[in-house]
Amino acid sequence: MPFPVAVAADAANPWISWDYITTHADDLAAAGQEHIFLTVSSVLAAIALAFPLAVLVRRYRRLHGPVLALSGILYTIPSLALISLLWPVFGLSPLTVIIALTTYALLVVLRNTVVGLDDVDQEVLDAARGMGMGTATVLWRIEVPLALPTILAGIRIATVSTVGMVTVGALVGYGGFGTLILSGFIQNFWHAQIFTATAACVLLAIIFEVLLHLVERFSTPWARRGSAS
Amino acid sequence: MNLIQWFTDPENWSGPNGIPIRTLEQLQMSLVAMGLALVVAMPIALVLGHLRKGVFLATNLGNIGRAIPTLGLLVILASIPSIGVGNTAAAIALAIFAIPPLLTNTFSGIAGVDAQVRDAAAGMGMGSAQILGRVEIPLATPLIAAGIRTATVQVVATASLAALVGGGGLGRYVVDGYALQDGTLIVAGAILTAALALVTEGLLALVQRAATPKGLRAGEGSHRLQVSATVMEEEPAL
Repeated sequence: MPFPVAVAADAANPWISWDYITTHADDLAAAGQEHIFLTVSSVLAAIALAFPLAVLVRRYRRLHGPVLALSGILYTIPSLALISLLWPVFGLSPLTVIIALTTYALLVVLRNTVVGLDDVDQEVLDAARGMGMGTATVLWRIEVPLALPTILAGIRIATVSTVGMVTVGALVGYGGFGTLILSGFIQNFWHAQIFTATAACVLLAIIFEVLLHLVERFSTPWARRGSAS
Repeated sequence: MNLIQWFTDPENWSGPNGIPIRTLEQLQMSLVAMGLALVVAMPIALVLGHLRKGVFLATNLGNIGRAIPTLGLLVILASIPSIGVGNTAAAIALAIFAIPPLLTNTFSGIAGVDAQVRDAAAGMGMGSAQILGRVEIPLATPLIAAGIRTATVQVVATASLAALVGGGGLGRYVVDGYALQDGTLIVAGAILTAALALVTEGLLALVQRAATPKGLRAGEGSHRLQVSATVMEEEPAL
């Protein structure tokens, strides 16, 4: 199979065009807004579901294996397929995309939350109980703070992955920058639109990555050194 | 027309748009992509792992890969005139996304081999190539196999996007279904792509087990030589 050879950009169809950005600022802003909305709502829904699930999995250890195995299976299903399986129920709506993306994000956040809570030192828990703390107090004041670096790393990884996967939502008309990428392709390989929308998507992922790194640093000042991934 | 009718219709099982041919197309694309990715990633990972250099690259490649939207890269490649629409663009895009899991896992596996084990091998008179081939690679097999499995499943799953840029594969049904507003076609295609990904995952889990030397399988044999096979498992695929 031949490797791609960089082709000199066609003068009439450049990849990078400042002109495109200025004349289509409105389109880009609308796509960006949709992209952020889809990402943030999916991740927030995933966090809201993952936390109670993680606590449940820890209380009932028998659920541990099945829940994590089911997560692995769901994670294997391609986003194209998951969105399309939800389509008959939710139709061409943002909900179709959000539910699919919530599923993927949920798996990452859940896994990291369970691992983070599991890693809390048994002696620390014993000490907390010895101080007279009840189960709920131990959870909120000891386990969650100690597991926070791992939980937040999970949220960061889930968010950055979600930013990329939102683009596939273009299939059902809600893909943020993905809709621009696909419509640029359909409109006779409109390089400027394809490249600008892809670059904007990467930029958004980087912004989320940096912001969530800062959140990790400031919310866990005691773990500045050597937090995982 | 409902799903059962669609799946039992002999017309959907024959010809260039039949399920067998579309499945083969998707597998062929995936094989080419994995071949390309292995040729690029493995030598780099083996050498860097052996020299224990490039930790930053190996650990951050996954982050970079995550930030690039698959659809964007796919469409960009398909819009380059010399590549063109279709399966070639898809195979190249898939190969690029398969490199991070391969490189990171192989690097961690090789670099994670116990220094005392390497010293012992050197003390027995083994050269650099022998240490890599006869000590480090066998000990890193569980992690290398895990990386190949993760990358392959990801490639087979993502290959369904090829249809969006004029390629074949099982995604064809889904994309055509949206174009024709044919719900049966969309859902049938979704079931097929999901099933292929799940079957691949299941088969590779068995292959990975078979490829792991007996002494390194979890819960069996010598734990003393066991490399840290769990390091990468917390990092999600995709």
